Amino acid sequence: MDTDLLLLLIVLLPAAGAVLNGLLPLMWPQLRRSEAAIGAVGTACVAVPFVLALVLFFQGFAEPYVGSFYTWMGVGDFSVSVAYRVDHLSLIMALVVTGVGALIHLYSIGYMHGDRSFWKFFAYLNLFIFMMLNLVLADNLLLMFLGWEGVGLCSYLLIGFWYEDFKNSQAATKAFVVNRIGDFAFLLAMFILVREVGSLDFAEVFAAAGEMTAGTLNAVVFLLFIGATGKSAQIPLFVWLPDAMAGPTPVSALIHAATMVTSGLYLLARMSSVVLMAPTVMGLIAVTGALTALVAATIAIAQTDIKRVLAYSTVSQLGFMFMASGVGAFFVAIFHVVTHAFFKACLFLGSGSVIHGMHHVEHDLRRAGYKDPFDPQDMRTMGGLGRFMPRTRWTYLAATLAISGIPLTAGFFSKDEILFKAFEFGYDGHLFAWFVWSVGIGTALLTAFYMMRSYMLTFEGSHRWPMAQRVHPHESPWTITAPLVVLAALSLVGGFIGLPKLAEKAGLANWIHGYLVGHGTHHGPVVEAAATAHVSVGIEVVLIVLGSLIAIGGVWWAWRFYALHELTGDERIRLRFGGLYRWWQRSYYWDEFYDKVAVRPVVGGAENAFAPFDNRVVDGLVNAVARTAQQISRMARHLQTGVVQAYALAIVLGVVVVIALMVR
Amino acid sequence: MQIPDLLSVVIFLPLAGAVLTMLARGDQAIRVIALVTMTATFVLSLFLWIGFSVEDAASLQFVSGGFSLISEAVDIKYLVGVDGISLLLVLLTTLLGPIVVLSSWNYITQHRKGYYSLLLILQTGMTGVFCAFDVVLFYIFFELTLIPMYFLIGIWGGEERIYAAVKFVLYTMAGSLLMLVAILYLGHVAGQAVNGGVFTADYAKLLEFNVPISTQAWLFVLFALAFAIKVPMFPFHTWLPDAHVQAPTGGSVILAGVLLKMGTYGLVRFCLPFFPNAAADHAVLFGTLAVVGIIYGALVSRAQPDAKKLVAYSSVSHLGFVVLGIFAFTLTSLQGAMIQMVNHGLSTSALFLLVGMLYERRHTRAMADYGGIARSVPLLTFFMVLTVLASAGLPGLNGFVGEFLILAGSFGSSTPAMAVLTAIATTGVILAAVYLLWMLSRMFFGPVRREENRVMPDLNRRELATVVPLVVLMILMGVVPQPFLARSEPATARLLELIDEKQAAAPAVPTPVSPKKRPTSPEPLPEGAQPLEAKAAIPGYKAQPVRAIKHSFVLQMQDPR
Repeated sequence: MDTDLLLLLIVLLPAAGAVLNGLLPLMWPQLRRSEAAIGAVGTACVAVPFVLALVLFFQGFAEPYVGSFYTWMGVGDFSVSVAYRVDHLSLIMALVVTGVGALIHLYSIGYMHGDRSFWKFFAYLNLFIFMMLNLVLADNLLLMFLGWEGVGLCSYLLIGFWYEDFKNSQAATKAFVVNRIGDFAFLLAMFILVREVGSLDFAEVFAAAGEMTAGTLNAVVFLLFIGATGKSAQIPLFVWLPDAMAGPTPVSALIHAATMVTSGLYLLARMSSVVLMAPTVMGLIAVTGALTALVAATIAIAQTDIKRVLAYSTVSQLGFMFMASGVGAFFVAIFHVVTHAFFKACLFLGSGSVIHGMHHVEHDLRRAGYKDPFDPQDMRTMGGLGRFMPRTRWTYLAATLAISGIPLTAGFFSKDEILFKAFEFGYDGHLFAWFVWSVGIGTALLTAFYMMRSYMLTFEGSHRWPMAQRVHPHESPWTITAPLVVLAALSLVGGFIGLPKLAEKAGLANWIHGYLVGHGTHHGPVVEAAATAHVSVGIEVVLIVLGSLIAIGGVWWAWRFYALHELTGDERIRLRFGGLYRWWQRSYYWDEFYDKVAVRPVVGGAENAFAPFDNRVVDGLVNAVARTAQQISRMARHLQTGVVQAYALAIVLGVVVVIALMVR
Repeated sequence: MQIPDLLSVVIFLPLAGAVLTMLARGDQAIRVIALVTMTATFVLSLFLWIGFSVEDAASLQFVSGGFSLISEAVDIKYLVGVDGISLLLVLLTTLLGPIVVLSSWNYITQHRKGYYSLLLILQTGMTGVFCAFDVVLFYIFFELTLIPMYFLIGIWGGEERIYAAVKFVLYTMAGSLLMLVAILYLGHVAGQAVNGGVFTADYAKLLEFNVPISTQAWLFVLFALAFAIKVPMFPFHTWLPDAHVQAPTGGSVILAGVLLKMGTYGLVRFCLPFFPNAAADHAVLFGTLAVVGIIYGALVSRAQPDAKKLVAYSSVSHLGFVVLGIFAFTLTSLQGAMIQMVNHGLSTSALFLLVGMLYERRHTRAMADYGGIARSVPLLTFFMVLTVLASAGLPGLNGFVGEFLILAGSFGSSTPAMAVLTAIATTGVILAAVYLLWMLSRMFFGPVRREENRVMPDLNRRELATVVPLVVLMILMGVVPQPFLARSEPATARLLELIDEKQAAAPAVPTPVSPKKRPTSPEPLPEGAQPLEAKAAIPGYKAQPVRAIKHSFVLQMQDPR
């Protein structure tokens, strides 16, 4: 089939699904109950594009192909087209988006069953896929920005999906506004490029980048990076992501773990040739990533809500990806995007399955007359769920091992490669990379620990919910567990697409490196920092062993610790770390800080300063002018007395004055 | 198909409809006549779109009239036409006509005859403003819009309607009277220079005339003040919230949709080409006021407890973008400003319609009286969310196209101050999300706080008919804006060229005011430094020797006869 046609179908099918599932039930409420049809349409509109993307994948596209459809907007020499780019980078992203997306759509059929806005959920989800495909396939920054803001919109709509709770609606607004702060920087970067290059097409921007001044380049890359911190939840803009967990769990898996939050990394990888020209900013990117990874990992240790653990874990893992980008290993960042999509989606969907089960527990409890509040997401009231939900348990465990970096799982390969690249960059003489590497090693240990903690508290140990002898959860239906099994399998074996350099000795190439960066004379869409120093095989082996030991150690440690202490383990950690633990629990008081320095000044300023100023001063002046005019006219009215003598007198006086002036 | 004097028909058909409504009997007949007239006008105006030649968009098309209005002693004519700058605004006006009638269908229950005939008269005035190519005629149409609006607010408005109506009229009048003085003076001196001593109000002739530098400044201020009040620009905006809150829904829609555009249109049509040097001199001032308006309007908007007032203040913010785009003097920003006028007309009209529909249901505009109504009125919520997103400039919807072009263009302006101002203005996109989503969150989401909000009728067919066209256009202009942009580009490009040329030639005409500044030789005088500095603010300007030639450029206007 014609590539243009394939592209159009890939992009437009999800849009069609959104329109069908959104508009028809909106206009005809009786359609809202046909869950089967809605779910089938929604899932098919993502699964078919996945198959079509696979067709493109097998066609190759070592040379980029651009399918240009029409001029979106243009003025004078500046014009932006609706044009999609097929190359190895966009293909790999499109495959992840539609592949994981299709699985999550399937999962949602079971998970959202019975929700009164089932139809709306699928419409939003399809719209999201449409926007995400625009983001990754766009051939210019402006169309990418359409997807960029579009996914932000879907995120907003889905976080606030259960809008009857005001908190959800607030979380949605927060996510949108914080994202817009990042988008503001993205816009400024585009303005600079429009001025300097006169185009936003990737090819033209890349071609012109070499002629830009260092200042301009740094500004552009810095602004794009700030944009990326918004969407990909990095310091300083990560605060929206934990709150975004207010959305239904499939949303957390798809948008807030596997796809949308990785778009910042995609942006940096897409712009890699330009980013590499701004080494100062790269240092900033890597250090920001490292700090975010560490900060989020420590917060995750102290969370008791299973989804919040995963949310902070996502922030932390995204930090790892930024580390990779900052040391010039953009393809490794994308590699981790892919493996992370597998295991984090699996973890989130697993937590969704757990929450689904705990909802049944809550339901049964209420029937049994239990009155106290019950939070189905609180790990403190879980425990030993593995016995009732075996498929959920094993898949969750597999993904936990993968994210921890247990050897040969997906996370092992990608995380190890990130740390190796950081090490190599430091070896190459970039001092900051050593810092990044050591923070990365420490965070890897924490990751293994807190992820195993979440597994232990949820699936092992004693049943801690009330009336545990009488009520217990059940395993979820197949639409929920089937995607779990697929994702768990990918979490275990997905890493083999990116073998370490060591494997070259055995004649095994790093596939994703060759695919994205190219080999020999062939250049792929992603550029990497050229290493001058060579890290010897011996050191590489040491590093791999070290990484493996850290992962195994962290997992083993958490397993022992929580098997022994269960919930009191948290208490022990709290006692051990004291005040610091409180900071972790409260996310370092980051929200409170922003509230104090940004939110309240703006809102309070608007309400207490600007609005009264407008009312009293600006409008007050206008009314004062009007009043003065009125008074003058009132005074002037006294002149018109109607008494003829007075007029006569006035005339005489006037004449006298005029004569006096003339003779002077 | 050629319809003779199509444009004049489009302008005056509503006036004829007004006469008919006055003669008609029965409420139903009045409404139907108004609706039919407005719809017919809109359909006829579509032929303007169809017959419009995009290549010749810089020149006047559909020219009609040309006869003298007062006497042969003065050159004041009835002359109407459209070019790329006016075409979209004319269509916006005719589109909103039937929508306004439909939105008033049940809302207006008293004095229907008066209401609909005023609405129709207003329609003629507004359309005329965008088509008049004689400044006195423009002024007549400009003022013609004032009186019906005064009554619309003053009779069918809210509790404080008299205060709001008087404030609206006095404020606008104050500005426009000053403009009249400027028009008379300009017509006089231009008449002496290019019209054989006969006073002229002919737009083409006035364009030919290079207003001396020294007079430009104050003439510009007089014109610009009238338009700045109309836009309204900060700090002349306080009449707007009062007028909007008190006006009936239909009045608000017209006010936001069309009347405010008369201000920005006036800046583009008159201030820039008549007084290019003065406009360049004041560019940073206007840019600054625009940016202050963007941020200030957004912040004040966030603090409003009244939904209608919130939307009203959002106009101050949004039109700030348009003014910034106009005074950045780049093709991109000016094109952005042109399309943004239409965008604002669509999205703000829709916002007022939707808020008005809620008011009809619950008789309150206070946001605190709502909450959680997404459940009871899903359709209304759907359109509200879409409109809010368009208004907040989400890519894929119309607002983004305008905002992006304005900001990207202004950032590329050769004046460094403009780039800084643009960067500040861009924070407006964050603030827009803040106050608009705040409104959504408070009114539509969260728990239902009041029992009476639990059950409310959703949109009926008549209401759908008012909102759907607007929303469809918002999406269409967001996804395929190019046909709209293409129609104004030749005209805006020509305008900027003209400004360049006139700036180069500006000091050529002797000024009657200050003998010191009269150039006596074609060589650049020391005083010539002043216009040259001003010119530096205009991108694309190439320094040229000052020429002592009056007709240094050729007007691309068709002969009206």
